Amino acid sequence: MEVYLDNNATTKVDEKVFEEMKPFFCEIYGNPNSLHSFASKTHPKMVEALDYLYEGINADDDDDIVITANATEANNWVIKSTWVDHILDGDKKHIITSEVEHPAITAACNFLEKRGVDVTYLNVNEEGVLEAKDVLDAIREDTALVSIMWANNETGKLFPIKEIGAICKAKGVPFHTDATQAIGKVKVDVQDANVDMMSFSAHKFHGPKGVGGLYIRKGVKLSPYMHGGEQMDGRRAGTVDVASMVGMGKAMHLATNTMALAYEINHVGMLRDKLENAILKLPDTIVIGGKENRTPNTTLISIKGVEGESMLWDLNKNGIAASTGSACASEDLEANPVMNAFGSDSELAHTGIRFSLSRFNNEEQIDYAIEQITKAVERLRSISSSYAYTPKNHESEL
Amino acid sequence: MAKGSLVSGSIWDEYSNIVVDRMNNPQHQGHITEEEAEAMNAKLIVADFGAESCGDAVRLYWAVEKDTDKIIGSKFKSFGCGTAIASSDIMTELCMGKTVDEAVKITNIDVEKAMRDTPDVPAVPPQKMHCSVMAYDVIKKAAATYKGVDMDSFEEEHIICECARVTQDNLIDVIKINDLKTIEEIIDFTKAGGFCKSCIEPGGHEAKDVYLVDILKQTREEMERERLQEAANTAPDAKPEFNNMSLVQKIRAVDAVIEEYVRPMLIMDGGDMEVIDIKENGEHHDIYIKYLGACSTCSTGSTGTLYAIESTLKQNLDDNIRVMPI
Repeated sequence: MEVYLDNNATTKVDEKVFEEMKPFFCEIYGNPNSLHSFASKTHPKMVEALDYLYEGINADDDDDIVITANATEANNWVIKSTWVDHILDGDKKHIITSEVEHPAITAACNFLEKRGVDVTYLNVNEEGVLEAKDVLDAIREDTALVSIMWANNETGKLFPIKEIGAICKAKGVPFHTDATQAIGKVKVDVQDANVDMMSFSAHKFHGPKGVGGLYIRKGVKLSPYMHGGEQMDGRRAGTVDVASMVGMGKAMHLATNTMALAYEINHVGMLRDKLENAILKLPDTIVIGGKENRTPNTTLISIKGVEGESMLWDLNKNGIAASTGSACASEDLEANPVMNAFGSDSELAHTGIRFSLSRFNNEEQIDYAIEQITKAVERLRSISSSYAYTPKNHESEL
Repeated sequence: MAKGSLVSGSIWDEYSNIVVDRMNNPQHQGHITEEEAEAMNAKLIVADFGAESCGDAVRLYWAVEKDTDKIIGSKFKSFGCGTAIASSDIMTELCMGKTVDEAVKITNIDVEKAMRDTPDVPAVPPQKMHCSVMAYDVIKKAAATYKGVDMDSFEEEHIICECARVTQDNLIDVIKINDLKTIEEIIDFTKAGGFCKSCIEPGGHEAKDVYLVDILKQTREEMERERLQEAANTAPDAKPEFNNMSLVQKIRAVDAVIEEYVRPMLIMDGGDMEVIDIKENGEHHDIYIKYLGACSTCSTGSTGTLYAIESTLKQNLDDNIRVMPI
């Protein structure tokens, strides 16, 4: 059996999304910016897609949602345009973000630091959550941007976006959030949360890869990402990828309506809890960051004595896909910053396994996953130099 | 790099079949008890290296025959990734039948080569080389425990980059000979720091006594001291090359030329100048000056006068001098 439990990395495209996209490759392929009838055929579906996006995040008609290639592009756009608009040509030089952002934010901030920008990387608390008061304390006269993720990709922990939004609004500082891991898992409302800019990516909510978006509140200063034609109202030039846009719109519609969110919380949340509780019955296992206040599909579990990559290896052999923040599974050998940010227990950085579910998982898969995870833990603990696993008494050898 | 590196695949795809096999079915994992060692007329040695918090830890068990120093039992336990488990398994096997002195000579390169399917294809991707280093280190630890000596006594030279096996002496020589100024240059010239990167600076995968950044800084300082010494040793009446002068010597030399040839002319017109700074900029020596008095408002300060000052300094000191008014 194959069980895909790595949905925070990417998701399968929903068949309904794929069906919506199909005509836009070989049947309806006119450049939407041309004048002829081939072009005009694309417009109705583009409008519908845009409606779905606006509706999905509760954007106002006066605001912009610009289609990008992905959330990484949207994040880079925000960070680098902040440099252009407020720092290079202005009197501000400070950006606030967190230590646990996606590299699309932190690497872009590192890039600006080398060019003289001050960046404050706020740390998370012992539960892996950023506290809104830390943002308030960090804001300075010359702060040009606050960029804080909505939900963390590793732990699923939800950050106090509404509070941070209110603080930024009161202080007059533009507020950007990377909502890549939040869309389709929790209610995302840009107006309620006072968000000025928000990034998202279709392939995280069963849309296609290679397309994402940036919400920009009306009046927020942001230079165009790509100069060229007048596409996307001149904010991001280049021929619009209609099929991807239509696919993202449909995926957003399917992921964000009330029924979908209820299903995510009830069904997906129930499967996640079943998986999590079964693993927690094994000795010396904990949920990193705790169970409170997180997306319903994610659990990050530390299994003492079992190094992350070796766990992935065993699971993969048996058809189960998961993820680890273990340094050994990555190319640069640096442990995942999210793991490191917990600080107090460096062993967590190497023993964490992330399981992220989706609406396409079922109970049979979870039962199989529990069985295979248990076997892998037994085998690897029997090899482990720091944990000798004996099913009878669970005593450590050392 | 280039085309081949644009689309990266899973690091698992680069594991040899032996690594995969040993990871799935390690042949020598387990432990040896005191009783088992005694029954073999052997001394039990247990050595630990690494830590779970570092991401890699290995425990090695040896039964060393009392009369011959020969390792007649060898087992391991490992907290680590697939390559760490496979490396430990192979390392344990390589120890079997060897004397302790012979086993100490096993290196991480031997371990990695023993895991290759074909002689010319590495068993693991470069960033996984450090996993075989752990296996190498634990042998040293076991041998040191057996002999009652310090682990470092087995190292004839101080290895800085374990992955590429580059010594401190080698690094110092390469930095000096090639006038290396950056870590990137060191990686290009020696491969040190190019794999797991732990040896570059603190904060990496493993803690080190000395890092590449320390060696680069110390060696550059030593080179500077040697240069200054050379300048100081130059006979008083001999005129050292401007390029080889210390900063103070350069300032004095520039001041002397200005005092003799330039300043009298400027003063005659009611002006003056002073040297603010001298900076090396590639092959150039950039001399920053500030005009005083009438010169500070003179229109030729950036044209004729500047050309005259620069030409005078070039003629008397060095062709690569550039004068920059601020």
